[in-house]
Amino acid sequence: MDARSTGYSRVAPPQFQTAQLQKAQPVVRLRDFTRRFGDNTIISGLDLDIAPGEFVTLLGRSGSGKTTLLRTLAGLDPTLGQDVTVPASRAVVFQDARLLPWKKVWRNVALGLRDGDVRARAEGALREVGLGHRLDAWPLTLSGGEAQRVALARALVREPSLLLLDEPFAALDALTRLRMHELVLSLWTRHRPAVMMVTHDVDEAIALADRIVLLDEGRIVTQERIEAPRGERSHVARGLRSRLLSALGGHVAESPSPAEIIALHAGGFA
Amino acid sequence: MAILHRITALLGSARWLSPLLFLFAWEAGSRSGLIPERTLAAPSKVLSTLLGMAVSGELVDNLWVSFLRIAIGLAIGVTIGVALALVAGLSRQGEVAVDPLMQINRTIPTLALTPLFIVWFGIGETPKIALIAFASIFPVYLNLYSGIRGVDLRLLEGARSFGLSRAEQIFHVILPGALPSLLVGLRYSLSVSILVLVVAEQINASAGLGYLINNARDFMRTDIIVVCLMIYAVLGLAADALVRAVESRALVWRPSIVSQ
Repeated sequence: MDARSTGYSRVAPPQFQTAQLQKAQPVVRLRDFTRRFGDNTIISGLDLDIAPGEFVTLLGRSGSGKTTLLRTLAGLDPTLGQDVTVPASRAVVFQDARLLPWKKVWRNVALGLRDGDVRARAEGALREVGLGHRLDAWPLTLSGGEAQRVALARALVREPSLLLLDEPFAALDALTRLRMHELVLSLWTRHRPAVMMVTHDVDEAIALADRIVLLDEGRIVTQERIEAPRGERSHVARGLRSRLLSALGGHVAESPSPAEIIALHAGGFA
Repeated sequence: MAILHRITALLGSARWLSPLLFLFAWEAGSRSGLIPERTLAAPSKVLSTLLGMAVSGELVDNLWVSFLRIAIGLAIGVTIGVALALVAGLSRQGEVAVDPLMQINRTIPTLALTPLFIVWFGIGETPKIALIAFASIFPVYLNLYSGIRGVDLRLLEGARSFGLSRAEQIFHVILPGALPSLLVGLRYSLSVSILVLVVAEQINASAGLGYLINNARDFMRTDIIVVCLMIYAVLGLAADALVRAVESRALVWRPSIVSQ
């Protein structure tokens, strides 16, 4: 484990879980990672480990390097000679679903699959996200939430050991977003990929993550490990929220809303 | 009442009414001697000539000759256009090699090449087909090339993130994404090829629609000329319908912009 992350841990971790995480090799390992575009340094000297099955959210303002980091982990950007380890099996869900409009929904999910009964696998994944009835629909006829669920199915059908989510729910309405949180958590508990989710929504990060990594100007400013089970986080949320927001340089005005959002997640995914 | 209502409803949306009235006026003008036959034959005369030519087989034979010219010319032109667009669209070196030449060549009005093609290919079928082929290359090339280059990069990146090879990306993302542009190019090529056909067939033809028109001109048979003009119009409509049919098959995934 990254030493710093345990240093910031506020709630005493259950021993067996930490032991498990420490034993396994991290699926993602970055050491002194730097990324520049011309003279512009986007990310500098970044160290990051992600353990198998760990749910990490990456929080930061616009332009903090979140998306660049995600693209690096996705293998979309070159890493020329840098110390970067990412698993071969990884999948990305982008903010826009990026479904191919000329392929039916199930073919989009099956895109690039080679072995086995491709149709059956795609069908299974779509049933899991609750879209078993839209197998033969055209992507342009889907709602935003449905399209994003297809994108999730397309990512999970590959059984990735690293699932990357790039602000996947930013464009959805509040209620759909909460449903998607539930879905992501249930899929994560079932398949157990390591997850790195980029978001700028502090409450979303608190509700979902094992660990929150806060990025600013290409550096990790702070990390918070949340040990409280999901759905029972209202008591830690307030403190976490103000710490994260002040680390982000934001003004902290407490309102009851974050607790309510977290309460909605109660019941199910502990 | 109901019948009256239905008639007004029918007339209200009767787009066929004005062409029909036009035909009646034309016929009346011819019958009354207002329009002399050597200026323009009456619609009834045109219709009987059309029937006569159809029955004698004269029309079908000549139409077949013209159709073959278009079909062969288009097949050659579209094939070359698609091949060049793929080369220029899919590779940087291909673009450097092909695109400047194509941009220069496309500024030449095809019909201005007629004398050169006659010198090269004589006055047989070859220059006619060559002209049609040459003219139909460019609409296909330009549209497909820009279609390939205009493919949504985010979709391409998505495909790349799932580990698709370059060949798979081309097959699953680039080509389907460029298909609508190709079909637009094809539609232009079809109408251009009919245009070129009209002129090309005036080169010493001994068969074909152009030959019929030339002959009719010599005998001042305006009825035959009008019949041929009608055939050209029908050819244009048929070409458009063909591409529309292909489009509705190939682009079913598009939600219809105009609701039925």
